[in-house]
Amino acid sequence: MKKLSMKSTIINFVVLFIVFGILIVLCETGILSNYIKGILMVCCISIIMACSQNITVGYLGQIALGGAGFMGIGAYTAAMITKAMASANILVGDGAPDTLRFLIATLAGGILAAIFGVLVGIPALRLRGDYLAIITLGFGEIIRVVIQNLKFLGGKGFSEGSAGQALVGINRIANLYVVFWVMVVSVALMFTFIRSKYGRAIIAIRNDDIAASASGLNVTFYKVLAFTVSSFFAGIAGGVFAHYIGSLSAASFGWLKSTEYVIMVVFGGMGSLTGSVIAAISLSALPEALREFSNYRMLAYSVALIIVMVYKPTGLLGTYEISVTRLLNRIMGKKEPSLHAIKAEVEASKASEEDKEVQ
Amino acid sequence: MPDQIVTFILQVLNGLKIGSVYALVALGYTMVYGIIKLINFAHGDFIMVGSYALLYTMPIMVSLGMPAWIAVVMAIAICVLVGITVEKVAYKPVRKKGTNMSALITAIAMSLFLENLAQTIFGAAPKPVGTIFTFPDMIIGKVKVNGNTILTIIIGVSVMIALQFFVRKTRLGKSMRAVSEDGQAAILMGINKNRTITMTFAIGSGLAAVASLMYCASYPQATPTIGAMLGLKAFVAAVLGGIGSIPGAMLGGIVIGLVESLSKAYIGDLTGGVITSAFSDAIVFGILIVVLLVKPSGILGKNIGEKV
Amino acid sequence: MNTPVLEAKHLGIAFGGLKAVDDFNITINEGELVGLIGPNGAGKTTVFNLLTGVYQPTEGAFFLNGDKMNGKKMHEVVRAGIARTFQNIRLFKSMTVLENVMVAFEMNYKYKLADAFFRAPRYWKDEEEIKEKAIDLLRIFNLESKADYIANNLPYGQQRKLEIARALATGMKLLLLDEPAAGMNPTETAELLSCINVIRERFGIAILLIEHDMSLVMKICERIVVIDYGVTIARGLPKEIAENPKVIAAYLGADDEMDVEDDTKEGA
Repeated sequence: MKKLSMKSTIINFVVLFIVFGILIVLCETGILSNYIKGILMVCCISIIMACSQNITVGYLGQIALGGAGFMGIGAYTAAMITKAMASANILVGDGAPDTLRFLIATLAGGILAAIFGVLVGIPALRLRGDYLAIITLGFGEIIRVVIQNLKFLGGKGFSEGSAGQALVGINRIANLYVVFWVMVVSVALMFTFIRSKYGRAIIAIRNDDIAASASGLNVTFYKVLAFTVSSFFAGIAGGVFAHYIGSLSAASFGWLKSTEYVIMVVFGGMGSLTGSVIAAISLSALPEALREFSNYRMLAYSVALIIVMVYKPTGLLGTYEISVTRLLNRIMGKKEPSLHAIKAEVEASKASEEDKEVQ
Repeated sequence: MPDQIVTFILQVLNGLKIGSVYALVALGYTMVYGIIKLINFAHGDFIMVGSYALLYTMPIMVSLGMPAWIAVVMAIAICVLVGITVEKVAYKPVRKKGTNMSALITAIAMSLFLENLAQTIFGAAPKPVGTIFTFPDMIIGKVKVNGNTILTIIIGVSVMIALQFFVRKTRLGKSMRAVSEDGQAAILMGINKNRTITMTFAIGSGLAAVASLMYCASYPQATPTIGAMLGLKAFVAAVLGGIGSIPGAMLGGIVIGLVESLSKAYIGDLTGGVITSAFSDAIVFGILIVVLLVKPSGILGKNIGEKV
Repeated sequence: MNTPVLEAKHLGIAFGGLKAVDDFNITINEGELVGLIGPNGAGKTTVFNLLTGVYQPTEGAFFLNGDKMNGKKMHEVVRAGIARTFQNIRLFKSMTVLENVMVAFEMNYKYKLADAFFRAPRYWKDEEEIKEKAIDLLRIFNLESKADYIANNLPYGQQRKLEIARALATGMKLLLLDEPAAGMNPTETAELLSCINVIRERFGIAILLIEHDMSLVMKICERIVVIDYGVTIARGLPKEIAENPKVIAAYLGADDEMDVEDDTKEGA
């Protein structure tokens, strides 16, 4: 099992390095304009967000509409940290120092978002279905209103009582190469999380939470865990967003934004990370390609969403994951390894280990 | 009478006014939820449909030499039509195949659709809605009450009474209650479930049209997103009162209206300026969260546990 | 004297004014197979729900190996050692047969969150070990060839067996089986019977069984408890129960009070 998995990990990374190589070549030769680079950046952010939302919406099977709120927490936290570090003259300078500062701040943004994820998740996840959707929407809106009014985040302060200005002057130190790998690592971590006992427990809870308790799973723990992991990566996406866009306004983290990411999850397939990746790329790039129709973007989304729900309620890919390894095997005419093959291999490796011990 | 008391009374009346709007919208949420267990996210947008309908039918009626209130009838008819169409085109097919989750997503999508469609057709800029009724201001002692406020409260209360009568006494109302109690059993008793669901959507959207009339009397503007926040707050009202319960929705609507109006006026003073009226939306959602955590079934709702 | 695996003392629960189960007493020793029977709506499943923490008893207490189980949540009771199956099968339908069982090995995993994220050696070791264990368990039920089938695609009889396998994976000491033979044809029932015998031999666990198939109950149960309207009306050896006039009356409805209750109380 380990060997097979190692093999596909290596294949995946080879593919990623090829993609990254192409990216470098295209950027360095100037084929990609800044405009296209910006779109690629937005794609990366959307991928992280869509995958993170897939953990709650797809795998846990609970509609949460507060994703953008957590993204906002991550964005503001990360922005404040890089600002503070810049003013204290820590890790300032082109290249490595700025990148390190960006990574530290983004990680911190993710962590704070995760902490809020726990705080919101514990009460919210006692509810399910429609109620959960509404309560997360409520929490998201509260987060937004509070950020909007905090003085040090550009608001006019609670006492002034009106929506503040944008938080400006954030160093735009999100480098496309770095962001690419932040995205890759985030998605990889979410993938390993889902393919572990934690992910299995979460999917089991989606299937039947009573049976899950009857199998000894602490349902509340796993629900909150899923929500927290999802919030963490939403926070990471927020951190990247802040350092790409350069200024933040609370209004861009409202529930409509959350809905947009949920739409990506639904299109790609509820319970398919590769589906989310594809949907995130398409839904971020398409509107740019079809600029003249930008007014009809949401109109088209909503119609498409209804059609998908009518004909394929689990989303386009459902729970199917696209695998490069499988694709390669198919091209080379190999059959997919069955469970028996895996088992045989496990036993073979065991036997060889035993041989070693004997020697 | 001291000025503070006068202000207070005015704030309470204000709360009752906006509260009765919330109540009418909350009724739509609650009735639909009661019958098909779906939060109709698009319900708030029926208000938007209603206000644009008013906006465009009124000049037509006037130019045809008919009284302006005919426009209200037209608006109600348009809303009802939109409500039934939404149910038939989107919700019904999804309900047949999908899960609760896909139904909820469809409702969200429908809400986005209506808002964006309105934006495409009418543009994002607010458009003024002409006044249909003018009601003289009333002066009781030192209190000068806006006529529209009184009218709004009166319309709200009478619609609620009528609805309560309809649900309790008429055949159709009884079949609605039966379907929401147990859909399968209702079918076995010879009730046409689909017709009842359609009827529920029709009544819900009709109420939303009335609500839009009442809302436009105070805030005479139509925008594509007029219904979004209004709808959410009305939904909070429905949850507060106990979703699925008609009296609950009325009560919840009034309570949310009062809380909103009074918190806007007094929260700054009460908290020493820490929290201000900018937080009124957050306060409404805060109430929702507290209610959901303390008593998810709402004030008048029934508690239903899952069977094992 | 050994502590019994399960001991319930004066266990009872009331929903509003209705006493669904009243003064329920039972003692099950290691390796014993006890049957719990009674007409529809007698409160059998409610007893199971009480013993697994779905409902909290309003009266009395129950003990697993002498430890009090009152107030524990469902997953805590399971972790302590009482596992169950459900009257209406509850599998993780979209997951594979193997995954269904692996989920229930919850307590055997030692790796932590960080190990899972970064695929530490501990992750691989645990995953492999538990996969082996799960396949071994499936083998008992002749399901190992179906390991990578989606659970929902199994035929009914195999779904029942998978549910038992999943319950066994929790490593419990007491297994509660809620109508395991319901909806099975005679061949499947016979197979189930041999499975139950195999797991009793292999794991030496105690079993409490709800069943409507009287021939099955009479064949395998060592003792039987009969309840009706939530009250215990008889207990004893299968032979004694079969001849007990009270039991016959309850089943045949000698009382004119019959059919007042229905399935809803039991939560069917």
